[in-house]
Amino acid sequence: MAVAGAPSRYDCIVIGGGHNGLVCAATLARGGRSVLVLEAGAQVGGAALTREFAPGFRVSAGAHLLHLMPAQLLRELQLGAHGLEWAAEGMPTTALLAGGAPLTLSDEGAASGLSAADSQAYSLYKMRMRRFAAALAPVLSRVPPRLGTGDWADRLALLRIGWQVRKLGRRDMRELLRIGGMNVFDLLEENFDSAALKGALGFDAILGANFGPRSPGTVLTLLYRLAAECAAGDLGLSQPKGGMGALCNALAKAASAAGAMIRTGAPVASILVEGDCAAGVTLESGERISARCVVSSADPKTTFLRLLGPRHLDAGFVRRVNHIRSRGLAAKLHLALNRAPSFSGVSEANLCGRLLIAPSLQHIEHAYNHAKYGEFSAAPVMEITVPTVNDPTLAPPGQHVLSAIVQYAPYALKDGWQSGRSRFMDTALDALERLAPGIRGCLVGAELLTPHDMEQEFRINGGHWHHGDLAFDQFLMVRPVPGAAQYRTPLEGLFLCGAGCHPGGGVMGIAGRNAAQQVLKMSSKSP
Amino acid sequence: MTESLAPHFKQPLLKTPFHERARALSQLDSFIPWAGYTTVDVFTTMEQEYFAIRNATTLYDLTPMVKYRVAGPDALPYLNRLVTRDIAKLKADRVTYCVWCNDAGHLIDDGTIFRMGEGEYRICTAERRLDWLLDSAIGFDIEIGEVTEQVAALAVQGPTSCAVLKAAGLRGIDKLKPFEIGYFALGTHRLTVSRTGFTGDLGYELWMEPEAAEAVWDALMEAGRSRGIRAVGSQALNVARIEAGFLLPNVDFVSAEHTIRTGRDRSPLELGLGWLVDFNKGHFTGRRALLTERAQGSRRQLVGLDVGGNKPAHNSLLYADDSGKRYIGSITSATWSPTCKRNIALAMVDAPHFRIGSTVWAEIYLNRELVWERRMSRAQVVERPFFAPDRRRATPPAEF
Repeated sequence: MAVAGAPSRYDCIVIGGGHNGLVCAATLARGGRSVLVLEAGAQVGGAALTREFAPGFRVSAGAHLLHLMPAQLLRELQLGAHGLEWAAEGMPTTALLAGGAPLTLSDEGAASGLSAADSQAYSLYKMRMRRFAAALAPVLSRVPPRLGTGDWADRLALLRIGWQVRKLGRRDMRELLRIGGMNVFDLLEENFDSAALKGALGFDAILGANFGPRSPGTVLTLLYRLAAECAAGDLGLSQPKGGMGALCNALAKAASAAGAMIRTGAPVASILVEGDCAAGVTLESGERISARCVVSSADPKTTFLRLLGPRHLDAGFVRRVNHIRSRGLAAKLHLALNRAPSFSGVSEANLCGRLLIAPSLQHIEHAYNHAKYGEFSAAPVMEITVPTVNDPTLAPPGQHVLSAIVQYAPYALKDGWQSGRSRFMDTALDALERLAPGIRGCLVGAELLTPHDMEQEFRINGGHWHHGDLAFDQFLMVRPVPGAAQYRTPLEGLFLCGAGCHPGGGVMGIAGRNAAQQVLKMSSKSP
Repeated sequence: MTESLAPHFKQPLLKTPFHERARALSQLDSFIPWAGYTTVDVFTTMEQEYFAIRNATTLYDLTPMVKYRVAGPDALPYLNRLVTRDIAKLKADRVTYCVWCNDAGHLIDDGTIFRMGEGEYRICTAERRLDWLLDSAIGFDIEIGEVTEQVAALAVQGPTSCAVLKAAGLRGIDKLKPFEIGYFALGTHRLTVSRTGFTGDLGYELWMEPEAAEAVWDALMEAGRSRGIRAVGSQALNVARIEAGFLLPNVDFVSAEHTIRTGRDRSPLELGLGWLVDFNKGHFTGRRALLTERAQGSRRQLVGLDVGGNKPAHNSLLYADDSGKRYIGSITSATWSPTCKRNIALAMVDAPHFRIGSTVWAEIYLNRELVWERRMSRAQVVERPFFAPDRRRATPPAEF
């Protein structure tokens, strides 16, 4: 059913109302385009939404921390004015240790409970990684250059990347080049003694990724995360009031205020092609909506292989898309608790931050080993938040929500998730029980989202919340694949704006903004 | 166990079902490898075999030609996305010559597509390309399988070939039109016959079960005895195909999947195969790149050359003038054409020298009793094919 007063043909249709889709829509609308956002779900948000998972208990069902969205973008879209408030900012990280005092790392780089040598090494390490991150940060914000075009703008962009690195100075540049191809296990082994510190620092290199700490290229993935944090203006680990959904609601308001139309419950079935140009979409209901261009925030496989279809694309391109590594390896665990969980040794103040179960690099590597063979480990790694500590509105008074990312949960579990689900849940609860004795007793509800569930709920092929591994061969000008790495696609009038594009996943919004800028540059307004 | 599953270290080259017959006739023992099979290069002399192609009937074993079966509900859309030609226009029991390109619009290979039945096609090509065919199948409901070993193939080519086949008992063969497929019986054996070939002459290609191969060979030899039938090898065929203007992979172009150096891939427009590209049929792999090339104009083109003198200009470099200073291309195939009595060649020539009627200069090296001489021969860009007799299309063909 068409919306009354809607134009017969939009300048742009944005597929997907996740954060990138909404940022893109808002930017396009501010650029004077008539925009329609089509969201399949009942509410906007995509994998950054807040929803109920047990009666009275709400949780950020996908991403649960905000630390990568550039402050400039937040200002530009006036999200504050559109209702975005913070429940917590600059949240600390606490590494939980069985039978020992936990290790807390503050956002500023201080750490408690380390030896003098580790303390000193930690502050040096932190400063050095910050310098590297600062050098790489501008690369993340820009549209990546194309390779082999001979175009001066592409060459300049490549030179700029080189210059960013060269500008570090001889010592730092050499160090960056030395560690750039290393694995995070070796890097941390070089620097520190404390197994707990190494585990906590190494965790960020493998979070949401198809890697263990010993996998090649994990230093780069770590630097990438740090650079993204740097590009975000060092927002720090933050929690929006009302969960991640509140961010997307504010984004939706910003987009609407700029003139974009948003329709929820409108899943797109296919992208219409006329005369070898994207010409609109067909909804699953059969409704056809035409547009001068289509911008998809869906993952590249969904966009190209399902919505557009291989027959509108060249075979080599389809082969590349088909080979994007996009199988999720992270599960999401949501617990409804009738009281605050008490993790041994964790103070009330630190319960507001994020808690890690990654006691050592070996522990993480062992957990990953199982995943390689389609199994899961009896000792998983986790990133835990208790969002209700900072934001009691998410649960009934006095009760709490625990939200955890649990790794590794292989998409293609050997025995299948039908039978694996309850075993995995038990494994995760056992791991929590060891560190927070009595937590099972406070359970009033629980939900586990496997990569398969995320594939269903968030409509991401493979259930990978970055829409594809963030790895050396899927970065920059090869993300998602050559030929579509600058938000344009081989089909005229079809653009990508999701996490599958540079700079990738995490609730960043840069892909959405960059894509919108490309669209504004390349397509004309309706007369 | 089929032969190909036999341990290859013991038998690096396979034998075709016609091998024993070919070996018996081979006077020079001159065999060459082709697509994993050992095949005859020359039986007696190249000239004798060539003249049999143009004056009588010849048998050429083309079993090593790689054959794929494509079937399923999406077979037609699949093929139309794969090749540059509109396969929707290919009627039942017909064959068409096609090329297929990569994303950049550069040739991966050429070959023929046979429409065998409802939703079933056969692709015949010189080299194995299953990887590309499978990659192209992503998102299409089809089955692809290689059937090279299940199908023995024999080319029967030459002006008396129809008469020979008729004498062998293929009733109604004279009604088969060019590029048409017919089904016949020879004794107890079933034959699929297509009026196709690589000689540019009247001719047929016979497709059969490997078990039928020797019996069919023998029957044709017997029926053709009074019509000058002769087995021919690849050398003689090569002369005939140059006269016919046909391209040979790895000689006149290198598959884009195999080139290493940039600029060595060739588009169908560059190869003078623009007539095979249908921009109006919908999307196919390479279409967008070829549209761009068409708009900008090709930088080089494969053309036919009529070269002065009688020395074949094998591998010659081409120049804009006889000073030999401005390099503008090179020759890919060359031969003295015994039928045309012309010194002909296929050459890749840079713009703008590829226009019909242009003059280019070929640098030919002659070995005169171990003393090399260099000769600059004037060559003219001419229309292809060099030799195209009416009999290749005549239906029914002439009686002999």
